[in-house]
Parts: sequence; C-alpha cells; structure tokens
Amino acid sequence: MSETLTLNKIVNQKGISTAEAANRVSDLGWTPSYVQEAMTFPTDYKISKVPRDPMKQVLRSYFPMQEEKDNRVYGALDAALRGDMFRNVEPRWVEWMKLFLAIIPFPEISAARSMAMVGRLAPGEELRTGFTMQMVDEFRHSTIQMNLKKWYMENYIDPAGFDITEAAFGKCYATTIGRQFAEGFLTGDAITAANIYLTVVAETAFTNTLFVAMPSEAARNGDYALPTVFLSVQSDESRHIGNGHSMLMAMIHDPSNHQLLERDLKYAFWQNHAIVDAAIGTFIEYGTTNRDKNKESYAELWHRWIYEDYYRTYMLPLEKYGIKIHHDDVAEAWDRIVKKNYVHKTAQFFTVGWSFNFWRIEAQTEKDFEWFEHKYPGWYAEFGDFWKWHAKLSVPGEKNIAFNGDVGYVYPHRCWSCMVPCLIREDFCCDEVDGKMYTYCSEGCRWTHKVAFAAEYEGRATPAMGRFSGRREWEECYHGWDHADAMVDLGFVRSDGKTLVPQPHLRFEQKDMWTLDHIRGNTLGSPLRGFRALKAGTERDAAIAEYRKGFKINPCN
Amino acid sequence: MSVTPQQAHQSGAAGAAIFAGSDSRKYNYFEPKARKASHYEDMTVDVQPDPERYLLQDWIISFPDGTPTYSKTWTKALSSNWHQFRAVDQEWERTHYQRQSTICGMVQSVIENSRKSGAPKRFDKAWVKVLQDHLGAYKHAEFGLGTSLMQAQRYGYTQMVNNAILTNSSYKLRFSQDLTLYLAEIGLDLEGFDHNAGKKHWLEDPIWQGTRKAVEAIMGSTDFLEQYFAINLVFEPLVGELFRSGFIMQMAASQGDFATPSVVGAAEADYERNLANTVELIHMLTHDKEHGVHNKGLFNGWMAHHGALAHEAAANLQPIWSLPRVKVSSFAEAQSLSKNRIDAICAQVGLKAP
Ligand SMILES: [Fe+2]
Ligand SMILES: [Fe+2]
Ligand SMILES: [Zn+2]
Repeated sequence: MSETLTLNKIVNQKGISTAEAANRVSDLGWTPSYVQEAMTFPTDYKISKVPRDPMKQVLRSYFPMQEEKDNRVYGALDAALRGDMFRNVEPRWVEWMKLFLAIIPFPEISAARSMAMVGRLAPGEELRTGFTMQMVDEFRHSTIQMNLKKWYMENYIDPAGFDITEAAFGKCYATTIGRQFAEGFLTGDAITAANIYLTVVAETAFTNTLFVAMPSEAARNGDYALPTVFLSVQSDESRHIGNGHSMLMAMIHDPSNHQLLERDLKYAFWQNHAIVDAAIGTFIEYGTTNRDKNKESYAELWHRWIYEDYYRTYMLPLEKYGIKIHHDDVAEAWDRIVKKNYVHKTAQFFTVGWSFNFWRIEAQTEKDFEWFEHKYPGWYAEFGDFWKWHAKLSVPGEKNIAFNGDVGYVYPHRCWSCMVPCLIREDFCCDEVDGKMYTYCSEGCRWTHKVAFAAEYEGRATPAMGRFSGRREWEECYHGWDHADAMVDLGFVRSDGKTLVPQPHLRFEQKDMWTLDHIRGNTLGSPLRGFRALKAGTERDAAIAEYRKGFKINPCN
Repeated sequence: MSVTPQQAHQSGAAGAAIFAGSDSRKYNYFEPKARKASHYEDMTVDVQPDPERYLLQDWIISFPDGTPTYSKTWTKALSSNWHQFRAVDQEWERTHYQRQSTICGMVQSVIENSRKSGAPKRFDKAWVKVLQDHLGAYKHAEFGLGTSLMQAQRYGYTQMVNNAILTNSSYKLRFSQDLTLYLAEIGLDLEGFDHNAGKKHWLEDPIWQGTRKAVEAIMGSTDFLEQYFAINLVFEPLVGELFRSGFIMQMAASQGDFATPSVVGAAEADYERNLANTVELIHMLTHDKEHGVHNKGLFNGWMAHHGALAHEAAANLQPIWSLPRVKVSSFAEAQSLSKNRIDAICAQVGLKAP
C-alpha cells in the first residue's frame, strides 16, 4: 500500500459529485444518423434553446431516495391500523374518497405516458433525464394511490364503491369531470398537453390544492393515511414543476410561440379551474366534519396557492418575455369561487344526483351551516333549505331528490368543455361548432371548444392541436332509461343485487338503505337533446333567458 | 327541521356494521389471472380504461386526424383481448423502487469497495482500454433502448402492457447510468483514462456502427410493440447479452477485474424479467385464436428485419474478443450461446429464428 494512502483517505474516498455525474449522464444521448426518430407526437411549437437543467439528479440517488419515501408511507399505513384509525375516522370524509380516488390514478399514469411526448422533444439530455424520473414518479403515484384505495376498501366500514372503483371511474356522471383532466395531458399537441396543460398549469398551480390542502382536511377528519400518501406524492412535484419550467423557457424566447403559449396558458388555467376547483373544493368544504372557523376555506386556500403563488409569482413574470397573461380569467375564476358559489353549486349538484353515483353523501347540518355562513356570507339563504331537503328526503320511500318537484332544483345542462354542468346559471352560453349546437358553463369553456381546440388559431394553422370527441354529455348515455335500469347498467348496485351502492346518508343499517325499488319509475333524459330541439330564435332565446335566471329552492317543511 | 339527531360517534372500522356489501373487500371489476387477484393486478388492471372496459362516454379528446387518446392502430399486431396480458414480474411502484434501489446500492458499494482496495489499478492495462472504449461505447446502446421504451410506454392499449414497458425503460436507463458512473468513478483511479472515448467509439468506430444502426432502427420504429419486441427478443439475445455475458462477464476476471461483472450482472437479471414479460405478451399474441396467424407473420417479419441488423451488429463486434491480453473465451463460443438463446426464445413464442 502506498504511503500516501492513509486510513482517512480510504474512508473519505470521493466519487464524482452529483453535478459531475449529471453532466456525464447527459452525454449519453446522440443524434441518430442511420435512422431518424419519427416525430410521432407532433407539436405546433418551435423548441430551440437548450434550457438549464432544473435539477442535477441521477437515477442512483433518485431510486434510493424514493424507496426511502415509500418506506415511510407504508410504515405510516401500518401504524394507522395499529392505532385503530378507522374507529375514529369520519365516514363523511372517507365516502368522498371513493370519488376522489376513483378519478386520480388515471391522471397520474397519464402524466407518466405524456413524458414520452415531451421526452423526445426535450432539448438536451439533462431535461430528458428529468422527464424520465417524472415518468417513474407518475407510475409511483398511480399505483401508490391504488394501494391506498385498496387499504380503505379493506378497513373501512362500507367498502362498496371502492370495490368497483376503476369501473365506476369510466361510467359515473361525477367522475366524468376528471376525464378532461387526464386526457388533456396526453392527447393533441404534445407541448399543449404534456408541458403547458400538465406541468406548467396542473402541476405548478393546482397540485397544491390537491396534494397539500386535501391532506390537511383528511387529518382533521381522523384520516392519517391520505396525508402520508399524498404529501409523499407532492414531494415529487417540485421536480416536475422544474421540468415544466425548463421546457417553457426553451420556447418562450421565440416570439413565434407566443400566440400558442397565450392560448394554452388560458385554456389550461380555465379547464383546471373548472375541474379541480369543482372537485377538490367540494371534497374540502363538504367532505369534512371539521368546522373550525380559524381554518382557511377553499376560497382562502385558492387565494394563497393559485392567486399568490401561481398567478402573481409564476405567471406574471412571464410578461417580461412579451406573453399576454389572461388576467381577466384569473379574476373571473376568483369571482366564480367567492361570489358565484361555484364550489357550493357543485356540491349541490353531486348531492342532487347522489343516486346516480357510487358513494354516500350525507346532509350538511346546523353545525355546517354556521361555518358556511361565516366563511361565505349569504350561503344559508341560498343553500340552507337545499340541505334540509336532502336530509328529509334521505329516508327510503321518499321521492328521490333528483326528480322531486317540491324541492325546486332544476337539473342543469352539461358543459361540453369541462364536463362539469353549467351550474352558474347566469354564465350559461351556447355555440355552434361544425354545425352542431353545444352548451357551456362559461365563456372560457365555449372558447376552449370552439376557438382553442381547432385546426386554426387566430388565423394561424394549428395542425397538431387536438379535438374534442366522445359522448361528452353523460346524461345522453342514459337518455330515456329508467333510473333503476341505468343503475344496474352502471354497476352501482351492491352484492345483494338490489341495494344501491350510493346512499343519501351515513346510516349503516340495512333498513335505512335505498334499493332499486326506491328509484324505479323515473326516466333519465339528456338536457342537450332538448336544447338542440329548440327552434333557433325566440324559442331558444327564451330557454336561455329562463336558464340564466336560475331557480330558487323551496322552503323545506 | 327533520335532520336526524347526531348519535354517538359511529365507528368507521370494517365490521362495525353488517349490511349489503359490507363484506365486499376486493376489487371486483376484473378477472384475476389466478384464482385470487395478485396485488400487482389490483394496482394495475383497468387503471388505463378504454371503451371496451368502462369508458361509457368513449375517449373525449382525439388527435387532429381523429385517432383517440389510445388506439389499437398503434401496432400492426392484433389481439382479440389486449386486456388479458399480465406482467410476469408483477411490478408496481413499491417492488420497482425496492429492486432499483437495491441495485443502485449494490453498484455503489462495488465501486466503493473496489476503489478502496485499489482494484482498478490492478486491472490489466489492455482491459482498461477495453472498458474505456467499448463498455464506454456500449452504454449508449443501453441508453438508446431505454429512451425507445420510454417512447413506447405511451402506446399500448392497456395499463399492463404500458407499465411493463415503462419499468423496462426504467431498468435500461438506470443501467446506462450505472455504466456511465461506474466508468467515471473507476476512471478517477486510472491515469489517462479518457472519459469521452466511449462516445467517440459509439459514434465512429466501425466495430460499433452495426450496433448503433440496430439501436437507431429500434428508436426510429413507429410501432411501439415492434420496439419492445425488437429490444427483448432480438437485440438483447443477439447483441446485448452477447456483449455483456459473452464478453464482459466471461473475460473480466482473467484481466484482474472482479468489479465490472457485478455492475453488468445487474443488467442480466433485469433482462431475465423483461424477457419473461415480453415472451408472455408475444406468446399471447402468437397464440391468439383469431389473430395468431397474422401476428406470427408480422413478428417473423420483425424478427427477420431486426435479426439481420443484430447479426450484422454482432459480427462487427467480433474484433473486441481479441483485445484482452488474456483470452479465455472466443467470439464463436459466445455467438453459439447467443444462437441457442434466440432459438429457445423463438421456440417459446412460436417464431422462426433469424
Ligand atoms: Fe403525479
Ligand atoms: Fe407530477
Ligand atoms: Zn365548463
């Protein structure tokens, strides 16, 4: 052994630094010369500049770090069971997880798939390495969430609804609003989908409400499992946000991209608002039993995460590159949440349709009313009676709230863009696209379908842009069906072949549960069919005016 | 008001009440492969939906030409039931990270221990140059295959197909980085070690041009299944394993190198798993009652096309066997093993060996 090799040197033998390692790894790629790679997922953007890598990381530190995170998650799940978590958990909360966890694993894995699309477009191998890790992360997110859901199913008092989860996702009138969230990540223009819609907007702006606000509310309801899993998921997001920003910076210097960037930032923000705020707002405000007046409402959380952190800190600085920011949409989204009761109307809609879905929704009570009125002044006057009706009509044998004329609720049109119904009645609008009439919840959604998802944008050809397709109005799928037959077809019937999976209450005794017999005899219908049948001109205009006027819930008892 | 008065707190635990469905504690929307669903199946099956399995409203966005979010047209292979496939290695996130992390730890301790003991300095000089130039070149092949699979995992018709391809990509990309960092770190102890030589050989050395062409042909394919097929059923046995097992693993010890085989050996274990998954999928397709004949024809075409490229690549590699000072195995021996391997694979899935 040489005399210079002291023990100290042996122990401290240095490898190469992470930065150096990342540099070496980034030299693995080359430009093919024998066979060119096909541009299988085209984009209308130009990607020119090689961006700075957001994070210097290599897989040999990534995998152990993630395994360590996993160990903490699975350890915490075991501990929750040892601590008898389910004895104290609030069923109101866990019931909504049947909806949330039915939706979320598909968007997650869609994000993994979409890394294929940006992976090949990435300028520079460092960014591609970032996308590789994100791909594996999203595989992690999808399967770790399936695991959490299975765990609830095995340990929670009422597993029905968890047991049919992925089938329910594809069919339910409520999960349908998660569809645009996932498919938007991986269909159409590769940059629009995988960079702007997924990373720059959904991950950067909205994952905080999903993965940080939701866990806090879960913990307030005695659920310590969801926070463990979702905070672990969220801990991967800063890398994803970094990837998205690097890619954005690779395009923003080229003014020929600006028009498309403005289109996509607007589209992505509006759709995320319409979808995520509807769903997560409902879970947080209506899935909780905690009515601590000192905690932040969803509106307050939104102001912090979306307005301050995303809009002011992330988006506004893009103006210096010459990007026109959609200020009005941000203001409008805020108004929809605080003035136009978007979240409350979504919760109301989900509840009206409790018997078309696959989880339990119990009525809000006096204690809840007080909190809502405190956080959203005027709430009680508009929604108090509705929730009393729901409580009253929760007893099997009562006339189902969706078809009960005494209540005064008017079933809404669907928005063809976000697939949430047109709940803010005064904002309802319609338009023709390719000779067909469609209904929308808002001007932003009308614009998204008609203007953004088209072959041309402001006179510029956009040959890579996606198109809306499918049977986007859920109600149309069961037009003319008896309610009970539809529920059988949906598979939302329990193992005895007659008790419904969904229930309008949290009473766990068989005698309190609704069966197919209780809902038979009402026919489902497509509002859009009715709307399209109206004669253009006065007839249609009158219907629009009537719709925009809204409805008033009748006093209960 | 008719709100039911709040009772004492209801336990939310399983078994706290008995009612219809209160014992329904299994995912019940798919047919497990065995009698009981595996955890892998529970984590995986039907998470990627499609109009045949539960998408009541069909796909809701399409590409501009009308192709939906997922389409069976993304491979020329046909299946009467894409949903049938299950990955043999049964990976979901936890098992994947455990395995990857274990390999990363193993590789790092191999590097640390061998450097601590001064092992790289005892490698035969000619062998060091082989590692520098040729293992250094080969790492790019692994990377190219890894990125092909990253691309391919977007296109399969089911979650099971795509996740198997995704984990395969993850393994390949990890291995390409393992090799890169292994060489970078042992290079610290080797005077004059040229860290850029590997890429230069990959791009310019005639020995590697056949391999590069074969890899680029896979990267350039627009059929995701052709990519997956060509990597695991053709390139790996004819070129990848030939080089890894038939050369590096065989030769290293005799050149005083006990470290490199440990690093490269991890890739052999990765390959066994990925091969098993691919064989399972291709077997399912060649034995499809409706489309088996069509698929066999298609696959034999892929086998011939990529087989020819792989044979050319392997032949170009031959001079490498004469580079080590101590010669313990010959190219002919390695190639006959690789011939046996691809014959066995082809027999398993019912195809003609190239
Ligand atoms: Fe994710
Ligand atoms: Fe993410
Ligand atoms: Zn909308």
